Amino acid sequence: MTTTITDQDQFKTDVEALVEKLGPGRSSLIPILADVKRRFHRIDSESMQTIADVLDIHPVEVYSVASFYAFLHGAPEGQFVIRLCGTLSCDFAGKEAIADALKAELGIGFDETTDDGLFTLEWASCVGMCDQGPALLVNDEVHTRVTPETAKEIVAACRAAVVAKEG
Amino acid sequence: MPATIETQGNALTYETIEPEAGLKAALAMSRADLVDTVRDSDLKGRGGAGFPTGMKWGFCAAEKADQKYIICNADEGEPGTFKDRVILTRFADLVFEGMTIGGYAVGASLGIIYLRAEYTYLRPHLNDVIQKRRAAGLLGHNVCGVEGFDFDILVAMGAGAYVCGEETALIESLEGFRGEPRNRPPFPVVAGLLNNPTVVNNVETLASVAAIMAKGTDWFKGFGTDKSTGYKLFSISGDCEKPGVYEFPWGITVADLLKEVGGEGAMAVQIGGASGVCIPAKDFARALAFEDIPTGGSVMVIGPDRDILDVAENFLDFFVEESCGQCTPCRLGNMQMLEAVKLLKQGECPPAFLKNVKELGATMQVASKCGLGQTSPSAFLSILEGFGDEITNRAASA
Repeated sequence: MTTTITDQDQFKTDVEALVEKLGPGRSSLIPILADVKRRFHRIDSESMQTIADVLDIHPVEVYSVASFYAFLHGAPEGQFVIRLCGTLSCDFAGKEAIADALKAELGIGFDETTDDGLFTLEWASCVGMCDQGPALLVNDEVHTRVTPETAKEIVAACRAAVVAKEG
Repeated sequence: MPATIETQGNALTYETIEPEAGLKAALAMSRADLVDTVRDSDLKGRGGAGFPTGMKWGFCAAEKADQKYIICNADEGEPGTFKDRVILTRFADLVFEGMTIGGYAVGASLGIIYLRAEYTYLRPHLNDVIQKRRAAGLLGHNVCGVEGFDFDILVAMGAGAYVCGEETALIESLEGFRGEPRNRPPFPVVAGLLNNPTVVNNVETLASVAAIMAKGTDWFKGFGTDKSTGYKLFSISGDCEKPGVYEFPWGITVADLLKEVGGEGAMAVQIGGASGVCIPAKDFARALAFEDIPTGGSVMVIGPDRDILDVAENFLDFFVEESCGQCTPCRLGNMQMLEAVKLLKQGECPPAFLKNVKELGATMQVASKCGLGQTSPSAFLSILEGFGDEITNRAASA
């Protein structure tokens, strides 16, 4: 993301626009981080510095908040973050088989990202679909009653969406 | 409506509440009478802690401040809980109605609904409902034509932290900080969001307020027990035939509940989520009520073929992950508990270590800073109590 001076300038302009919309207060920090994460799939130290400058706080404050929340941590993630629910009900419903299917299909373990930058696999604490487990989130989208077969289809649909977008 | 993720269950009282009847009844009252009415209903917080709603509103109403807030806690993170998701999907208007009634009662002009990141797909629906309410004059300047009563509602997003369901952690998060609970007092009703008096209520609590104002306190008190008035939504999952969201009056026994959902023959039931207690089959005559087994409504049915230590391990994994790390009993205590469960599973837990861990659990219950740490050992301790012989007599796996 912010690798060149021009990119950094553009990023700063983007953050300033967000602050314009959300307000200059500290309470804008989490929405800003969420937006940056959604667009760039990572929050690197340069971005944290820029956000800190715009909000007039110390960059370590930005890091401290980003690293606290499961959905905001700064490490690079894939375009599609798959969060498999780990709670007891989804466990009873067979989450391990889904975990195995996803690992085999993606060729990565949990808390890892595929080399092509498309997928990150994570555990979620509870996604609130306990009556319809196993459940998982793909970014903001929820899938329920997942089977090893449909898990593969979900991954395939993400890949197809990328191909369609890139034409 | 968002693409409904169909959850089964029984008929819900909310379906029968006339829209805006509660709000109109509330706005026809004086603020003091309104607070008294909610107090008289004896409604207790539906998120799990069970604090009397009318009392909370009364404290906040008594504060003198230019700005006050009503926060709806939609950070439904307790494992096994999904009734707020269903309420927000099907009855968002009732929730916003409840917030508006709260705003009028305590003198707040802004309501904020704090929605967990895992429910981001509900956000467009909620914004849509809010927009329609503004257009209908149910939010904004002079709500329902009541001179001088301005009230609006915003949606704020969580970012993936169970502890933010704790009200002071939620407020920290809204202010842009790590979701670390504050010391109390001062309580949020005195000094909450941006140091202003703030009411934090659960989604179901606010919907219940709207229902109570529509139908009256006598109607509400006709359900439940003397000490637990009204009805409650339960999120039922696990080893049963008909999981879903069910409404029952307070006081239903575990056995009767299991009959309704096709969960007879269970070995145990985890009530209240990861922070709740594990009830073994011999205690199924006990009742779900504030005076017996209090709960936010999570009921996970544990079938006869499950390993009860897997249950304990799942919850302790959860707490090791979700402890905010601020205070030592919770941060380190849960790791020790998890270690004990792992040793027990292998049949290799030294009795002295187990004794220490039990004492540690008791320490965590009193010495942790917030509800997360205080309740985190409960499941394991109740499993040790209910299944102690079976657990401690396992042969070493080697």
